Amino acid sequence: MLYDVIIIGSGPAGLTASIYTSRYKLSNLVIGKLPGGTITYADKVQNFPGVSEISGVQLGEKMLSQAKVLGGEIVTENVKSLGKNHDVFTVASEYDKEYQSKTLIIASGTGRRKLNIPGEGEYVGKGVSYCTNCDAPFFKNKTVILVGGANSACSGAIHLAEYAQKVYLVYRKSELRAEPIWVEEVKSNPKIEVIYDTNLLEIIGDGSKVTQVKLDKEINREMSLPTDGVFVEIGGIPTSNFLSSLEVEMDKSGYIVVNEEMVTNVQGVFAAGDVTNKSLVLQQTVTACAQGAIAGYSVFKYLKQNKRLTK
Amino acid sequence: MEYKFTDQNFEEEVLKSELPVLVDFFAVWCGPCQMMAPVIEEMAKELEGKVKIGKMNVDESPQTAEKFGIMSIPTLILFKNGEPVKTLQGFRGKEDIVKEITI
Repeated sequence: MLYDVIIIGSGPAGLTASIYTSRYKLSNLVIGKLPGGTITYADKVQNFPGVSEISGVQLGEKMLSQAKVLGGEIVTENVKSLGKNHDVFTVASEYDKEYQSKTLIIASGTGRRKLNIPGEGEYVGKGVSYCTNCDAPFFKNKTVILVGGANSACSGAIHLAEYAQKVYLVYRKSELRAEPIWVEEVKSNPKIEVIYDTNLLEIIGDGSKVTQVKLDKEINREMSLPTDGVFVEIGGIPTSNFLSSLEVEMDKSGYIVVNEEMVTNVQGVFAAGDVTNKSLVLQQTVTACAQGAIAGYSVFKYLKQNKRLTK
Repeated sequence: MEYKFTDQNFEEEVLKSELPVLVDFFAVWCGPCQMMAPVIEEMAKELEGKVKIGKMNVDESPQTAEKFGIMSIPTLILFKNGEPVKTLQGFRGKEDIVKEITI
């Protein structure tokens, strides 16, 4: 089957693109590794218009079911590589399945940025976590460190404080950069202590779990801090490595360069959401959705202009 | 059929099982765990008779989770002859899991 569009990524941007392209009567396949995408890691979403409060996973599920009902086909796989032969794109998955389409929307989002310090990899799942929503309750009455200072870090610290007895929020800069509503909540929470201008150098454990971290600055006259867990919320890195064969233009950090219509430098290839350079202004669900909608419309316009709409 | 494992039936259903057993440690509050639920359900049907597959709620059965040092979910552990032989952490798609646990 030759799809009108294959959407790579099943988060808010990709699912919105599916919703819009379905309504333009375009056949579409969404291929992504996590249904719902990064938003499924959010404990609470309180800034999606029309919904006062919802868990990230519920919001993701709603988008997923809306996309399916409208006719989007959704598969859960990693994309390995892409190819283009004349006007047909081929998407190869990690299981060597191949799918073909007239156009592509890249909405592959970001992967979690790691600290890349000794001990981090060794203690993943043994105290090191990248998901406060998943793992906070394992730290009931314990001491934890959360690294980061943006929205996900501050909201994560607040979520952690519901369980842990003490949360150290360690940030490399002198001022938290989350929305003021989160910053205020962090500062007024008696369980949270913010440590500014500080980096983790190493995560140390006893072989089975994390016990302390080494810092690059003294805290309580020590260069180390005892802890039961280390949560890492320092943002993402764009998932764009599978794009190399198409020569899609990226900026030096790997974000796909798009214009206002979500058009890339390669004919027939569009991009939306956190993976684009336009997302760097604000990486939010609502902005990802907006970009997904625009990309969907741009695909429709492109196919129409090129007289490739299926009659 | 998808099994429901608990602290009470763990020894009988998992450790003493003749078939390999895949246990999905999850909780209702964990977003990615909820996304895994349909994957596990589908696999349980497809691999019926080959691998016993089921879920274990870490809130309702904290002892087993603690025994296996679970501090992050979703975590899948494959047991063979009463021993944990493979651990997979984080959300995984069906084919990925099948590939990892194929004997």
